[in-house]
Amino acid sequence: MFEKYFPNVDLTELWNATYETLYMTLISLLFAFVIGVILGLLLFLTSKGSLWQNKAVNSVIAAVVNIFRSIPFLILIILLLGFTKFLVGTILGPNAALPALVIGSAPFYARLVEIALREVDKGVIEAAKSMGAKTSTIIFKVLIPESMPALISGITVTAIALIGSTAIAGAIGSGGLGNLAYVEGYQSNNADVTFVATVFILIIVFIIQIIGDLITNIIDKR
Amino acid sequence: MINLQDVSKVYKSKHGDVNAVQNVSLSIKKGEIFGIIGYSGAGKSSLIRLLNGLEKPTSGTVEVAGTKINEVNGRGLRKARHEISMIFQHFNLLWSRTVRDNIMFPLEIAGVKKSERIKRANELIKLVGLEGKEKSYPSQLSGGQKQRVGIARALANNPKVLLCDEATSALDPQTTDSILDLLSDINERLGLTIVLITHEMHVIRKICNRVAVMENGKVVEEGEVLDVFKNPKEQMTKRFVQQVTEPEETKETLQHLLDDTASGKMVQLTFVGESAEQPLITEMIRNFNVSVNILQGKISQTKDGAYGSLFIHIDGDEEEVQNVIRFINDKQVKAEVITNV
Repeated sequence: MFEKYFPNVDLTELWNATYETLYMTLISLLFAFVIGVILGLLLFLTSKGSLWQNKAVNSVIAAVVNIFRSIPFLILIILLLGFTKFLVGTILGPNAALPALVIGSAPFYARLVEIALREVDKGVIEAAKSMGAKTSTIIFKVLIPESMPALISGITVTAIALIGSTAIAGAIGSGGLGNLAYVEGYQSNNADVTFVATVFILIIVFIIQIIGDLITNIIDKR
Repeated sequence: MINLQDVSKVYKSKHGDVNAVQNVSLSIKKGEIFGIIGYSGAGKSSLIRLLNGLEKPTSGTVEVAGTKINEVNGRGLRKARHEISMIFQHFNLLWSRTVRDNIMFPLEIAGVKKSERIKRANELIKLVGLEGKEKSYPSQLSGGQKQRVGIARALANNPKVLLCDEATSALDPQTTDSILDLLSDINERLGLTIVLITHEMHVIRKICNRVAVMENGKVVEEGEVLDVFKNPKEQMTKRFVQQVTEPEETKETLQHLLDDTASGKMVQLTFVGESAEQPLITEMIRNFNVSVNILQGKISQTKDGAYGSLFIHIDGDEEEVQNVIRFINDKQVKAEVITNV
């Protein structure tokens, strides 16, 4: 049945490509999360009226975030070729896509983190201060737990954007479902391969969205 | 317990300096409930934040529970804040924590062991009457219950001073009274010094021993609550006192009656403490040849005694009316002839 409708789809290749897409997405998501939370916290804490108010530091971080968020992903990969070669040792395969994926998505997530932190009730921060809380206590026991639903829905959005980016990276040699769709599908004139690869990408996106929504709903006690 | 010496707070802004607090000196005794009343923008919010160092004074000294708040920083200030806790108009609970975890938060900050934290939280839950709500989240509570959590949280580290920032302003009248009763109870049981700011004279009347009236960053009047009620000196104070002593629409009613009155005198009687309990009107009618018409009246209870005001119309011989007024004044009741409202 499957062979009848999708004669050119090699199942081993399909599973490999799916694995590579998931691998690229999850590893880069992990880094984007850590870097994004740190940058987002710095953006929030150094903003006007916040705990570490510092215009100079805030402007520098904001500029870096804006620059890397604005560069189209395809161009970012090309710009980072040297850096990737130095860091990973190759410019082909899933690992070679990671630097560009992380650098492209972390600033995006940093902005989402900043927005999430801004939504935390100022009164609650003041209350924590009035109890004699240190800044580190305020960060880990007030800011992060109180913004958790927004941080999670932010990471969901970032994950989905990352899947799109892995497909672009795939087209120029990183592997994954994007690579399968482009090389085995489009370039080899096998429409069925492109179709199946697309369906798989959609399924991954749906699953991530459902998991993200579920977690957000469970932890949101407001 | 609390000493403010010539304290000022100036906020710099693009449109010039804002003098939020100007040359305020106050002294608050241990175990006292001290109220600061004023309309919004009077500087009371800034003043109360100077007491726990959330704001630093531009000049002057602030001493609370033995610590010079304006001089300490960092660790010293955080340590001092364990002794000075605060409750808020909008409760400021962490929505992500249960009732018990919210109450345990200040204990975590103070580095108390987990078993101790749970024990203390359970005691406090009982104290504020929230048994059975330990595992609820703030979003599942009513406003009054939220403020009870706020109070329990504020008491967790056995503070010496409790600051109340408009703690009842977001609550309905009935809930306000139950929270005020709780505060009064805590004050008596734990000997806690309470400083509260409010714009409602009702709050001052119900639980405060002393009151300071603020206007434009200055304390314009200060004293025992009953004295201030009896003899408000400033216009601002009179307006606040009227909030609780005069029934609504008094002005319109009196104006209307004044316009219609051809003879006799309209008199406002002010009773304080025990004088509120004597049968004054009966004696007036028995001893003088006048007719008395009661127009409007109200008695309110303050922490240290009753306070009331009564509007009456006395009609009769001019001289006899004067005699009546003299008689009333002899009875320790203040009589004021009203000629226009």
